[in-house]
Amino acid sequence: MAEVLVLVEHADGEPKKVTAELLTLARTLGEPSAVFLGAPGTYAKAKEYLAQYGAAKVYVAESDDIASYIGGPVAEVLAKLVAEASPVAVLVAATADSREVAARVAAKTESGLIWDATALSADLVATQGIFGGSTIVTSKVTKGVPVVVVRPNSTAPEAAPSTPAEQIVDVVISEAAKGAKIVDRVVEAKSGRPDLTEAQVVVSGGRGLGAAEHFTLVEKLADTLGAAVGASRAATDAGWYPHQNQVGQTGKTVSPQLYIAVGISGAIQHRAGMQTSKTIVAVNKDPEAPIFEFADYGLVGDLFNVVPQLTEAIEKRKAG
Amino acid sequence: MNIVVTVKQVPDTWAEKKLDAADKTVDRKSVDNVMNEMDEYGVEEALKIKEAHGGEVTVVTMGPAKAVETIRKALSMGADKAVHLTDDSLHGSDALATSAALAKVISTLSPDIVITSSEASDARGGVIGALLAERLGLPQLTQARKVTVDPGASKVTIERLADNGYALVEASLPVVVGVVEKINQPRYPSFKGIMAAKKKPLTTLSAADAGLDGAAVGLAGAASAVVTSESAPPRSSGTIVKDEGDGGTKVAEFLAAQKLI
Repeated sequence: MAEVLVLVEHADGEPKKVTAELLTLARTLGEPSAVFLGAPGTYAKAKEYLAQYGAAKVYVAESDDIASYIGGPVAEVLAKLVAEASPVAVLVAATADSREVAARVAAKTESGLIWDATALSADLVATQGIFGGSTIVTSKVTKGVPVVVVRPNSTAPEAAPSTPAEQIVDVVISEAAKGAKIVDRVVEAKSGRPDLTEAQVVVSGGRGLGAAEHFTLVEKLADTLGAAVGASRAATDAGWYPHQNQVGQTGKTVSPQLYIAVGISGAIQHRAGMQTSKTIVAVNKDPEAPIFEFADYGLVGDLFNVVPQLTEAIEKRKAG
Repeated sequence: MNIVVTVKQVPDTWAEKKLDAADKTVDRKSVDNVMNEMDEYGVEEALKIKEAHGGEVTVVTMGPAKAVETIRKALSMGADKAVHLTDDSLHGSDALATSAALAKVISTLSPDIVITSSEASDARGGVIGALLAERLGLPQLTQARKVTVDPGASKVTIERLADNGYALVEASLPVVVGVVEKINQPRYPSFKGIMAAKKKPLTTLSAADAGLDGAAVGLAGAASAVVTSESAPPRSSGTIVKDEGDGGTKVAEFLAAQKLI
Protein backbone atom coordinates (compact mmCIF):
# COMPACT_ATOMS: atom_id res chain seq x y z
CA MET A 1 0.00 0.00 0.00
CA ALA A 2 1.17 3.50 -0.75
CA GLU A 3 2.31 5.77 2.02
CA VAL A 4 0.36 8.69 3.44
CA LEU A 5 2.59 11.21 5.17
CA VAL A 6 1.23 12.72 8.38
CA LEU A 7 3.06 15.71 9.85
CA VAL A 8 3.06 15.14 13.62
CA GLU A 9 1.64 18.11 15.50
CA HIS A 10 3.32 18.37 18.88
CA ALA A 11 4.52 20.69 21.59
CA ASP A 12 8.12 19.84 22.54
CA GLY A 13 7.40 16.23 21.64
CA GLU A 14 4.00 15.93 23.36
CA PRO A 15 1.65 14.98 20.50
CA LYS A 16 -1.52 16.99 20.00
CA LYS A 17 -4.81 15.14 19.67
CA VAL A 18 -5.11 16.18 16.03
CA THR A 19 -2.14 13.90 15.28
CA ALA A 20 -4.25 10.89 16.28
CA GLU A 21 -7.06 12.23 14.10
CA LEU A 22 -4.73 12.58 11.10
CA LEU A 23 -3.31 9.08 11.58
CA THR A 24 -6.84 7.68 11.81
CA LEU A 25 -7.77 9.48 8.59
CA ALA A 26 -4.53 8.39 6.91
CA ARG A 27 -5.37 4.72 7.58
CA THR A 28 -8.39 5.08 5.29
CA LEU A 29 -6.18 6.33 2.44
CA GLY A 30 -3.13 4.09 2.60
CA GLU A 31 -0.29 3.25 4.93
CA PRO A 32 0.23 6.00 7.49
CA SER A 33 3.77 7.29 7.87
CA ALA A 34 4.19 9.79 10.68
CA VAL A 35 6.75 12.52 10.09
CA PHE A 36 8.18 13.74 13.37
CA LEU A 37 10.18 16.94 13.20
CA GLY A 38 11.48 18.45 16.40
CA ALA A 39 14.36 19.45 18.61
CA PRO A 40 16.82 16.72 19.69
CA GLY A 41 15.38 14.40 22.35
CA THR A 42 11.72 15.27 21.73
CA TYR A 43 10.70 12.21 19.69
CA ALA A 44 10.87 9.94 22.72
CA LYS A 45 7.75 11.65 24.09
CA ALA A 46 5.76 10.99 20.91
CA LYS A 47 6.92 7.48 20.08
CA GLU A 48 4.33 5.50 22.00
CA TYR A 49 1.45 7.71 20.92
CA LEU A 50 2.28 7.35 17.22
CA ALA A 51 2.39 3.56 17.60
CA GLN A 52 -0.92 3.56 19.46
CA TYR A 53 -2.65 5.34 16.58
CA GLY A 54 -1.34 3.05 13.90
CA ALA A 55 1.68 4.67 12.30
CA ALA A 56 3.24 2.00 10.07
CA LYS A 57 6.42 4.01 9.78
CA VAL A 58 7.87 7.03 11.52
CA TYR A 59 10.33 9.39 9.89
CA VAL A 60 12.27 10.94 12.75
CA ALA A 61 14.05 14.20 12.09
CA GLU A 62 15.51 15.79 15.20
CA SER A 63 17.66 18.87 14.93
CA ASP A 64 18.11 22.21 16.66
CA ASP A 65 17.67 23.82 13.26
CA ILE A 66 14.11 22.52 13.07
CA ALA A 67 12.96 24.23 16.25
CA SER A 68 14.97 27.43 15.75
CA TYR A 69 13.57 28.91 12.56
CA ILE A 70 10.15 29.79 11.18
CA GLY A 71 8.82 28.02 8.13
CA GLY A 72 11.85 27.02 6.14
CA PRO A 73 13.42 23.98 7.81
CA VAL A 74 10.25 21.95 8.42
CA ALA A 75 9.03 22.62 4.88
CA GLU A 76 12.40 21.66 3.46
CA VAL A 77 12.58 18.30 5.28
CA LEU A 78 8.95 17.45 4.55
CA ALA A 79 9.29 18.35 0.86
CA LYS A 80 12.36 16.12 0.61
CA LEU A 81 10.42 13.21 2.14
CA VAL A 82 7.56 13.83 -0.30
CA ALA A 83 10.00 13.63 -3.21
CA GLU A 84 11.58 10.43 -1.86
CA ALA A 85 8.50 8.54 -0.66
CA SER A 86 6.04 9.63 -3.40
CA PRO A 87 3.11 9.36 -0.97
CA VAL A 88 -0.52 9.38 -2.10
CA ALA A 89 -1.11 12.42 0.10
CA VAL A 90 0.39 14.60 2.81
CA LEU A 91 -1.83 15.44 5.78
CA VAL A 92 -1.12 18.33 8.12
CA ALA A 93 -3.18 19.94 10.86
CA ALA A 94 -4.90 23.27 10.31
CA THR A 95 -2.77 25.17 12.81
CA ALA A 96 -1.11 28.52 12.11
CA ASP A 97 2.36 27.00 11.84
CA SER A 98 1.51 23.86 9.91
CA ARG A 99 -0.73 25.46 7.28
CA GLU A 100 2.21 27.72 6.37
CA VAL A 101 4.48 24.68 6.17
CA ALA A 102 1.93 22.87 3.99
CA ALA A 103 1.80 25.79 1.56
CA ARG A 104 5.57 25.86 1.23
CA VAL A 105 5.71 22.09 0.71
CA ALA A 106 3.08 22.34 -2.02
CA ALA A 107 5.09 25.10 -3.72
CA LYS A 108 8.37 23.18 -3.44
CA THR A 109 6.89 19.95 -4.81
CA GLU A 110 4.64 21.66 -7.42
CA SER A 111 1.64 20.06 -5.82
CA GLY A 112 -1.89 21.15 -5.13
CA LEU A 113 -2.93 22.45 -1.74
CA ILE A 114 -6.30 22.13 -0.03
CA TRP A 115 -6.89 23.84 3.28
CA ASP A 116 -9.39 23.39 6.07
CA ALA A 117 -10.66 20.02 4.87
CA THR A 118 -13.19 18.43 7.20
CA ALA A 119 -13.24 15.10 5.35
CA LEU A 120 -11.14 13.31 2.78
CA SER A 121 -12.47 10.32 0.84
CA ALA A 122 -10.47 7.28 -0.21
CA ASP A 123 -10.22 8.74 -3.72
CA LEU A 124 -8.81 11.95 -2.20
CA VAL A 125 -11.80 14.20 -2.68
CA ALA A 126 -11.74 16.73 0.14
CA THR A 127 -14.75 18.37 1.75
CA GLN A 128 -14.49 21.96 2.90
CA GLY A 129 -16.94 24.39 4.40
CA ILE A 130 -16.16 27.77 2.86
CA PHE A 131 -17.47 31.27 3.53
CA GLY A 132 -17.70 30.47 7.20
CA GLY A 133 -19.36 27.14 6.57
CA SER A 134 -22.27 28.50 4.52
CA THR A 135 -21.15 26.67 1.37
CA ILE A 136 -19.87 23.11 1.23
CA VAL A 137 -17.47 22.29 -1.56
CA THR A 138 -15.69 19.13 -2.53
CA SER A 139 -12.40 19.51 -4.32
CA LYS A 140 -9.55 17.51 -5.65
CA VAL A 141 -5.87 18.18 -6.18
CA THR A 142 -5.00 17.90 -9.87
CA LYS A 143 -1.20 18.27 -9.73
CA GLY A 144 1.53 16.51 -7.82
CA VAL A 145 0.96 15.01 -4.39
CA PRO A 146 -2.16 16.33 -2.64
CA VAL A 147 -1.14 18.41 0.38
CA VAL A 148 -4.22 18.54 2.57
CA VAL A 149 -4.58 20.78 5.61
CA VAL A 150 -7.16 19.11 7.87
CA ARG A 151 -9.23 20.83 10.55
CA PRO A 152 -8.91 19.50 14.10
CA ASN A 153 -12.04 17.70 15.36
CA SER A 154 -12.88 16.41 11.87
CA THR A 155 -12.12 12.72 12.46
CA ALA A 156 -12.79 10.73 15.62
CA PRO A 157 -9.40 9.28 16.63
CA GLU A 158 -9.33 5.49 16.85
CA ALA A 159 -6.44 3.58 18.34
CA ALA A 160 -4.87 0.82 16.19
CA PRO A 161 -1.70 -0.30 17.95
CA SER A 162 1.22 -0.95 15.64
CA THR A 163 4.97 -1.38 15.78
CA PRO A 164 6.17 1.31 13.44
CA ALA A 165 9.44 1.05 11.57
CA GLU A 166 11.59 4.03 12.46
CA GLN A 167 13.59 5.80 9.85
CA ILE A 168 16.05 8.41 11.07
CA VAL A 169 16.20 11.32 8.68
CA ASP A 170 19.52 12.98 8.14
CA VAL A 171 18.70 16.66 8.60
CA VAL A 172 20.64 19.08 6.46
CA ILE A 173 18.98 22.48 6.29
CA SER A 174 20.00 24.98 3.61
CA GLU A 175 21.16 28.43 4.72
CA ALA A 176 18.28 29.95 2.73
CA ALA A 177 15.75 28.15 4.95
CA LYS A 178 17.34 29.57 8.09
CA GLY A 179 16.36 33.19 7.51
CA ALA A 180 13.80 33.75 10.26
CA LYS A 181 15.46 32.87 13.56
CA ILE A 182 13.49 32.36 16.75
CA VAL A 183 15.45 34.18 19.43
CA ASP A 184 12.99 33.77 22.30
CA ARG A 185 9.65 32.19 23.15
CA VAL A 186 7.52 34.09 25.63
CA VAL A 187 4.63 32.45 27.48
CA GLU A 188 2.06 35.07 28.44
CA ALA A 189 -0.91 32.98 29.47
CA LYS A 190 -0.58 29.41 30.62
CA SER A 191 -4.14 28.38 31.29
CA GLY A 192 -3.98 24.61 31.51
CA ARG A 193 -7.14 24.57 29.38
CA PRO A 194 -7.37 22.58 26.15
CA ASP A 195 -6.37 24.13 22.83
CA LEU A 196 -9.20 26.16 21.39
CA THR A 197 -9.34 24.35 18.05
CA GLU A 198 -9.03 20.88 19.61
CA ALA A 199 -11.43 21.31 22.51
CA GLN A 200 -14.65 19.29 22.70
CA VAL A 201 -16.33 22.14 24.55
CA VAL A 202 -15.75 25.87 24.03
CA VAL A 203 -17.20 28.67 26.13
CA SER A 204 -16.83 32.12 24.54
CA GLY A 205 -17.49 35.61 25.84
CA GLY A 206 -18.38 38.76 23.98
CA ARG A 207 -19.36 42.37 24.26
CA GLY A 208 -22.09 41.58 26.78
CA LEU A 209 -19.48 40.88 29.44
CA GLY A 210 -18.77 44.59 29.55
CA ALA A 211 -15.27 44.40 31.06
CA ALA A 212 -12.13 42.28 31.08
CA GLU A 213 -12.60 41.15 34.67
CA HIS A 214 -16.00 39.64 33.85
CA PHE A 215 -14.26 37.02 31.73
CA THR A 216 -13.71 35.16 35.01
CA LEU A 217 -17.41 34.17 34.72
CA VAL A 218 -16.67 32.57 31.36
CA GLU A 219 -13.48 30.94 32.65
CA LYS A 220 -15.24 29.44 35.68
CA LEU A 221 -17.96 27.96 33.50
CA ALA A 222 -15.31 26.67 31.07
CA ASP A 223 -13.38 25.02 33.88
CA THR A 224 -16.40 23.12 35.19
CA LEU A 225 -16.80 21.72 31.67
CA GLY A 226 -13.11 21.13 30.92
CA ALA A 227 -13.59 23.61 28.10
CA ALA A 228 -11.43 26.05 26.18
CA VAL A 229 -12.20 29.75 26.40
CA GLY A 230 -12.95 31.79 23.29
CA ALA A 231 -13.77 35.42 22.70
CA SER A 232 -15.59 37.43 20.08
CA ARG A 233 -13.73 40.04 18.06
CA ALA A 234 -15.49 42.79 20.00
CA ALA A 235 -14.01 41.39 23.21
CA THR A 236 -10.48 41.02 21.87
CA ASP A 237 -10.62 44.43 20.16
CA ALA A 238 -11.53 45.90 23.53
CA GLY A 239 -8.47 44.17 25.01
CA TRP A 240 -10.56 42.07 27.40
CA TYR A 241 -9.08 38.77 26.25
CA PRO A 242 -6.02 37.71 24.22
CA HIS A 243 -6.16 37.81 20.45
CA GLN A 244 -5.11 34.14 20.35
CA ASN A 245 -8.53 33.21 21.75
CA GLN A 246 -10.54 35.03 19.10
CA VAL A 247 -13.18 32.91 17.37
CA GLY A 248 -14.60 34.09 14.07
CA GLN A 249 -13.92 35.15 10.54
CA THR A 250 -10.59 36.78 11.36
CA GLY A 251 -9.78 34.46 14.24
CA LYS A 252 -9.91 30.75 14.85
CA THR A 253 -12.48 28.35 13.50
CA VAL A 254 -13.78 25.86 16.02
CA SER A 255 -16.04 22.88 15.66
CA PRO A 256 -16.58 21.42 19.14
CA GLN A 257 -19.34 19.13 20.40
CA LEU A 258 -20.67 22.00 22.50
CA TYR A 259 -20.27 25.75 22.01
CA ILE A 260 -21.60 28.14 24.63
CA ALA A 261 -21.77 31.80 23.55
CA VAL A 262 -22.02 34.23 26.44
CA GLY A 263 -22.98 37.81 25.65
CA ILE A 264 -22.22 37.39 21.94
CA SER A 265 -24.69 38.75 19.39
CA GLY A 266 -23.66 36.24 16.71
CA ALA A 267 -23.05 38.52 13.74
CA ILE A 268 -21.52 36.97 10.62
CA GLN A 269 -17.96 37.75 11.81
CA HIS A 270 -18.42 35.43 14.80
CA ARG A 271 -20.77 32.94 13.20
CA ALA A 272 -18.20 32.13 10.51
CA GLY A 273 -15.87 30.71 13.15
CA MET A 274 -18.25 28.50 15.11
CA GLN A 275 -21.40 27.60 13.20
CA THR A 276 -20.26 24.04 12.49
CA SER A 277 -20.25 23.29 16.23
CA LYS A 278 -22.46 20.28 17.01
CA THR A 279 -24.58 21.96 19.67
CA ILE A 280 -24.76 25.72 20.21
CA VAL A 281 -26.05 27.30 23.41
CA ALA A 282 -26.41 31.08 23.66
CA VAL A 283 -27.00 33.40 26.57
CA ASN A 284 -27.84 36.98 25.62
CA LYS A 285 -30.11 39.63 27.05
CA ASP A 286 -31.21 40.86 23.60
CA PRO A 287 -34.01 38.64 22.23
CA GLU A 288 -33.28 40.04 18.75
CA ALA A 289 -29.62 38.91 18.78
CA PRO A 290 -28.84 36.99 15.56
CA ILE A 291 -27.29 34.17 17.56
CA PHE A 292 -30.79 33.03 18.57
CA GLU A 293 -31.51 32.34 14.89
CA PHE A 294 -29.11 29.41 14.88
CA ALA A 295 -28.58 28.38 18.50
CA ASP A 296 -29.93 24.97 19.55
CA TYR A 297 -30.75 26.37 22.95
CA GLY A 298 -31.04 30.08 23.59
CA LEU A 299 -31.55 31.76 26.89
CA VAL A 300 -32.73 35.35 26.84
CA GLY A 301 -31.53 36.81 30.08
CA ASP A 302 -28.86 38.58 32.07
CA LEU A 303 -25.64 36.61 31.79
CA PHE A 304 -24.53 37.87 35.20
CA ASN A 305 -27.39 35.85 36.74
CA VAL A 306 -27.53 32.97 34.30
CA VAL A 307 -23.85 32.04 33.98
CA PRO A 308 -23.00 31.68 37.72
CA GLN A 309 -26.20 29.69 38.19
CA LEU A 310 -25.30 27.43 35.27
CA THR A 311 -21.78 26.92 36.63
CA GLU A 312 -23.20 25.99 40.02
CA ALA A 313 -25.79 23.65 38.52
CA ILE A 314 -23.11 21.79 36.55
CA GLU A 315 -20.89 21.51 39.62
CA LYS A 316 -23.83 20.10 41.62
CA ARG A 317 -24.54 17.50 38.93
CA LYS A 318 -20.88 16.50 38.87
CA ALA A 319 -20.81 16.19 42.67
CA GLY A 320 -24.12 14.32 42.76
CA MET B 1 13.31 51.57 3.02
CA ASN B 2 11.66 50.20 -0.10
CA ILE B 3 8.39 48.69 1.09
CA VAL B 4 5.94 46.63 -0.95
CA VAL B 5 2.51 45.84 0.46
CA THR B 6 0.10 43.40 -1.12
CA VAL B 7 -3.64 44.01 -1.08
CA LYS B 8 -6.63 42.09 -2.37
CA GLN B 9 -10.11 43.15 -3.31
CA VAL B 10 -12.70 40.81 -1.81
CA PRO B 11 -16.46 40.59 -1.41
CA ASP B 12 -17.61 42.75 1.48
CA THR B 13 -17.06 40.99 4.81
CA TRP B 14 -20.66 41.46 5.78
CA ALA B 15 -22.08 40.14 2.52
CA GLU B 16 -23.39 36.59 2.10
CA LYS B 17 -20.73 35.15 -0.17
CA LYS B 18 -21.21 32.46 -2.78
CA LEU B 19 -19.46 30.71 -5.64
CA ASP B 20 -20.17 31.47 -9.28
CA ALA B 21 -22.44 28.68 -10.56
CA ALA B 22 -20.53 28.29 -13.83
CA ASP B 23 -16.85 28.15 -12.90
CA LYS B 24 -16.96 27.73 -9.10
CA THR B 25 -14.82 30.77 -8.42
CA VAL B 26 -15.76 33.40 -5.85
CA ASP B 27 -18.74 35.37 -7.12
CA ARG B 28 -17.55 39.00 -7.23
CA LYS B 29 -20.38 40.31 -9.38
CA SER B 30 -23.37 40.03 -7.08
CA VAL B 31 -21.75 41.71 -4.07
CA ASP B 32 -19.99 44.92 -3.09
CA ASN B 33 -16.24 44.53 -3.31
CA VAL B 34 -13.88 46.15 -0.84
CA MET B 35 -10.25 46.04 0.24
CA ASN B 36 -9.72 42.89 2.30
CA GLU B 37 -10.11 44.24 5.80
CA MET B 38 -6.95 42.53 7.05
CA ASP B 39 -4.95 44.26 4.31
CA GLU B 40 -5.70 47.62 5.89
CA TYR B 41 -3.43 46.53 8.75
CA GLY B 42 -0.70 45.68 6.25
CA VAL B 43 -0.98 49.06 4.52
CA GLU B 44 -0.97 50.84 7.88
CA GLU B 45 2.15 48.96 9.00
CA ALA B 46 3.89 49.81 5.73
CA LEU B 47 3.06 53.48 6.22
CA LYS B 48 4.26 53.41 9.82
CA ILE B 49 7.60 51.91 8.80
CA LYS B 50 7.97 54.52 6.08
CA GLU B 51 7.13 57.31 8.50
CA ALA B 52 9.70 56.05 11.00
CA HIS B 53 12.53 55.24 8.62
CA GLY B 54 11.79 56.99 5.32
CA GLY B 55 11.38 55.35 1.96
CA GLU B 56 8.55 54.50 -0.35
CA VAL B 57 5.47 52.28 -0.19
CA THR B 58 4.37 50.44 -3.33
CA VAL B 59 1.00 48.69 -3.38
CA VAL B 60 0.77 45.50 -5.42
CA THR B 61 -2.44 43.72 -6.26
CA MET B 62 -3.61 41.05 -8.64
CA GLY B 63 -7.24 41.14 -9.62
CA PRO B 64 -9.85 42.24 -12.15
CA ALA B 65 -10.03 45.81 -13.48
CA LYS B 66 -12.37 46.72 -10.61
CA ALA B 67 -9.61 46.01 -8.09
CA VAL B 68 -8.22 49.43 -8.96
CA GLU B 69 -10.70 50.72 -6.33
CA THR B 70 -8.75 48.86 -3.67
CA ILE B 71 -5.49 50.29 -5.02
CA ARG B 72 -7.01 53.78 -4.79
CA LYS B 73 -7.92 53.17 -1.19
CA ALA B 74 -4.35 52.15 -0.30
CA LEU B 75 -2.98 55.16 -2.18
CA SER B 76 -5.42 57.47 -0.41
CA MET B 77 -4.27 56.05 2.93
CA GLY B 78 -0.79 57.24 1.97
CA ALA B 79 0.99 54.66 -0.20
CA ASP B 80 3.17 56.25 -2.89
CA LYS B 81 2.55 54.19 -6.00
CA ALA B 82 0.94 50.98 -7.19
CA VAL B 83 1.24 48.05 -9.53
CA HIS B 84 -1.93 46.33 -10.74
CA LEU B 85 -1.50 42.92 -12.30
CA THR B 86 -4.67 42.28 -14.23
CA ASP B 87 -5.50 39.88 -17.02
CA ASP B 88 -8.48 37.70 -17.88
CA SER B 89 -6.13 34.71 -17.97
CA LEU B 90 -5.44 35.18 -14.22
CA HIS B 91 -9.09 34.61 -13.27
CA GLY B 92 -9.40 31.52 -11.08
CA SER B 93 -5.75 31.39 -10.00
CA ASP B 94 -5.24 29.43 -6.78
CA ALA B 95 -2.99 30.55 -3.93
CA LEU B 96 0.03 28.80 -5.43
CA ALA B 97 -0.35 30.44 -8.84
CA THR B 98 -1.23 33.80 -7.26
CA SER B 99 1.87 33.73 -5.08
CA ALA B 100 4.06 32.87 -8.07
CA ALA B 101 2.59 35.73 -10.11
CA LEU B 102 2.88 38.24 -7.27
CA ALA B 103 6.44 37.12 -6.53
CA LYS B 104 7.39 37.70 -10.15
CA VAL B 105 6.05 41.26 -10.02
CA ILE B 106 7.45 42.00 -6.55
CA SER B 107 10.95 40.80 -7.41
CA THR B 108 11.19 43.47 -10.13
CA LEU B 109 10.60 46.12 -7.42
CA SER B 110 13.63 44.99 -5.33
CA PRO B 111 11.92 45.58 -1.98
CA ASP B 112 13.56 45.64 1.46
CA ILE B 113 10.30 44.62 3.11
CA VAL B 114 7.28 42.87 1.60
CA ILE B 115 4.19 43.15 3.80
CA THR B 116 1.11 40.95 3.58
CA SER B 117 -1.77 40.41 5.95
CA SER B 118 -2.67 37.25 7.78
CA GLU B 119 -5.53 36.22 5.50
CA ALA B 120 -8.14 37.35 3.01
CA SER B 121 -11.72 37.13 4.18
CA ASP B 122 -12.94 35.32 1.06
CA ALA B 123 -10.53 32.37 0.77
CA ARG B 124 -9.17 32.37 4.33
CA GLY B 125 -6.07 30.39 3.38
CA GLY B 126 -3.67 32.36 5.52
CA VAL B 127 -0.77 31.15 3.40
CA ILE B 128 0.20 34.01 1.10
CA GLY B 129 2.97 35.32 3.39
CA ALA B 130 4.59 31.89 3.66
CA LEU B 131 4.22 31.37 -0.09
CA LEU B 132 5.77 34.75 -0.97
CA ALA B 133 8.69 33.97 1.37
CA GLU B 134 9.10 30.63 -0.37
CA ARG B 135 8.83 32.06 -3.90
CA LEU B 136 11.08 35.04 -3.22
CA GLY B 137 13.58 33.05 -1.14
CA LEU B 138 13.22 35.53 1.74
CA PRO B 139 12.84 35.02 5.51
CA GLN B 140 9.25 34.37 6.59
CA LEU B 141 8.23 36.79 9.36
CA THR B 142 4.53 35.94 9.43
CA GLN B 143 1.84 36.10 12.15
CA ALA B 144 3.43 39.32 13.38
CA ARG B 145 1.65 41.30 16.04
CA LYS B 146 4.58 43.70 16.38
CA VAL B 147 7.26 44.67 13.88
CA THR B 148 10.50 46.47 14.75
CA VAL B 149 12.77 47.59 11.94
CA ASP B 150 16.42 48.40 12.64
CA PRO B 151 17.75 49.88 9.38
CA GLY B 152 21.24 50.41 10.89
CA ALA B 153 21.65 46.71 11.58
CA SER B 154 19.62 45.84 8.46
CA LYS B 155 17.40 43.72 10.70
CA VAL B 156 13.71 43.17 11.37
CA THR B 157 12.34 41.66 14.58
CA ILE B 158 8.75 40.54 15.06
CA GLU B 159 6.56 39.15 17.79
CA ARG B 160 5.02 36.09 16.16
CA LEU B 161 1.68 35.10 17.64
CA ALA B 162 1.73 31.70 19.39
CA ASP B 163 -1.02 29.89 21.27
CA ASN B 164 0.25 30.83 24.73
CA GLY B 165 2.10 34.01 23.90
CA TYR B 166 4.59 34.86 21.19
CA ALA B 167 7.92 33.99 19.64
CA LEU B 168 10.50 36.69 19.09
CA VAL B 169 11.79 36.16 15.56
CA GLU B 170 14.47 38.09 13.73
CA ALA B 171 15.82 38.21 10.21
CA SER B 172 18.07 40.28 8.02
CA LEU B 173 16.61 42.45 5.26
CA PRO B 174 15.07 41.83 2.79
CA VAL B 175 12.16 40.01 4.43
CA VAL B 176 8.51 39.07 4.02
CA VAL B 177 6.37 40.25 6.92
CA GLY B 178 2.83 38.99 7.53
CA VAL B 179 0.81 41.07 9.99
CA VAL B 180 -2.19 40.10 12.08
CA GLU B 181 -5.08 42.39 12.99
CA LYS B 182 -4.57 44.33 16.21
CA ILE B 183 -0.99 45.17 15.23
CA ASN B 184 -2.16 48.73 14.65
CA GLN B 185 -5.20 50.89 14.02
CA PRO B 186 -5.51 51.47 10.27
CA ARG B 187 -6.01 55.12 9.39
CA TYR B 188 -8.95 56.41 7.39
CA PRO B 189 -8.10 58.10 4.10
CA SER B 190 -8.25 61.88 4.52
CA PHE B 191 -9.92 64.11 1.93
CA LYS B 192 -6.47 65.37 1.00
CA GLY B 193 -5.28 61.78 0.70
CA ILE B 194 -8.17 60.86 -1.56
CA MET B 195 -7.44 63.81 -3.85
CA ALA B 196 -3.70 63.08 -3.90
CA ALA B 197 -4.29 59.40 -4.71
CA LYS B 198 -5.71 60.31 -8.09
CA LYS B 199 -2.33 61.68 -9.19
CA LYS B 200 -0.14 58.88 -7.83
CA PRO B 201 1.65 56.60 -10.30
CA LEU B 202 -0.21 53.40 -11.16
CA THR B 203 1.34 50.76 -13.40
CA THR B 204 -1.01 48.25 -14.98
CA LEU B 205 0.55 44.98 -16.10
CA SER B 206 -0.93 42.18 -18.18
CA ALA B 207 0.18 38.60 -17.61
CA ALA B 208 2.44 38.93 -20.64
CA ASP B 209 3.88 42.25 -19.37
CA ALA B 210 4.78 40.50 -16.14
CA GLY B 211 6.38 37.63 -18.02
CA LEU B 212 3.94 35.03 -16.72
CA ASP B 213 3.41 31.70 -18.40
CA GLY B 214 -0.26 31.59 -19.40
CA ALA B 215 -0.51 27.85 -18.76
CA ALA B 216 0.64 28.23 -15.14
CA VAL B 217 -1.99 30.74 -14.05
CA GLY B 218 -5.76 31.06 -13.89
CA LEU B 219 -8.21 28.20 -13.74
CA ALA B 220 -6.17 26.27 -16.30
CA GLY B 221 -3.05 26.43 -14.17
CA ALA B 222 -4.72 25.71 -10.84
CA ALA B 223 -3.36 22.72 -8.93
CA SER B 224 -6.73 21.85 -7.47
CA ALA B 225 -10.30 21.95 -8.72
CA VAL B 226 -13.70 22.27 -7.13
CA VAL B 227 -15.76 19.15 -7.87
CA THR B 228 -19.09 20.11 -6.33
CA SER B 229 -20.49 22.99 -4.32
CA GLU B 230 -23.74 23.45 -2.49
CA SER B 231 -25.22 25.64 0.19
CA ALA B 232 -24.90 24.16 3.64
CA PRO B 233 -28.28 23.22 5.11
CA PRO B 234 -29.26 26.26 7.15
CA ARG B 235 -29.04 25.87 10.91
CA SER B 236 -32.46 26.41 12.33
CA SER B 237 -33.02 27.90 15.72
CA GLY B 238 -33.91 25.55 18.52
CA THR B 239 -35.51 26.27 21.84
CA ILE B 240 -35.47 29.89 22.96
CA VAL B 241 -36.32 30.45 26.61
CA LYS B 242 -36.71 33.68 28.57
CA ASP B 243 -34.95 33.72 31.92
CA GLU B 244 -37.43 33.60 34.78
CA GLY B 245 -34.76 33.43 37.43
CA ASP B 246 -33.92 29.78 36.82
CA GLY B 247 -32.26 30.24 33.42
CA GLY B 248 -28.92 28.76 34.45
CA THR B 249 -30.59 25.65 35.83
CA LYS B 250 -32.61 25.29 32.63
CA VAL B 251 -29.49 25.43 30.49
CA ALA B 252 -27.93 22.75 32.72
CA GLU B 253 -31.04 20.59 32.24
CA PHE B 254 -30.77 21.01 28.48
CA LEU B 255 -27.08 20.02 28.55
CA ALA B 256 -27.86 16.99 30.71
CA ALA B 257 -30.69 15.92 28.39
CA GLN B 258 -28.26 16.13 25.46
CA LYS B 259 -25.75 14.08 27.49
CA LEU B 260 -23.28 16.94 27.22
CA ILE B 261 -22.69 17.00 30.98
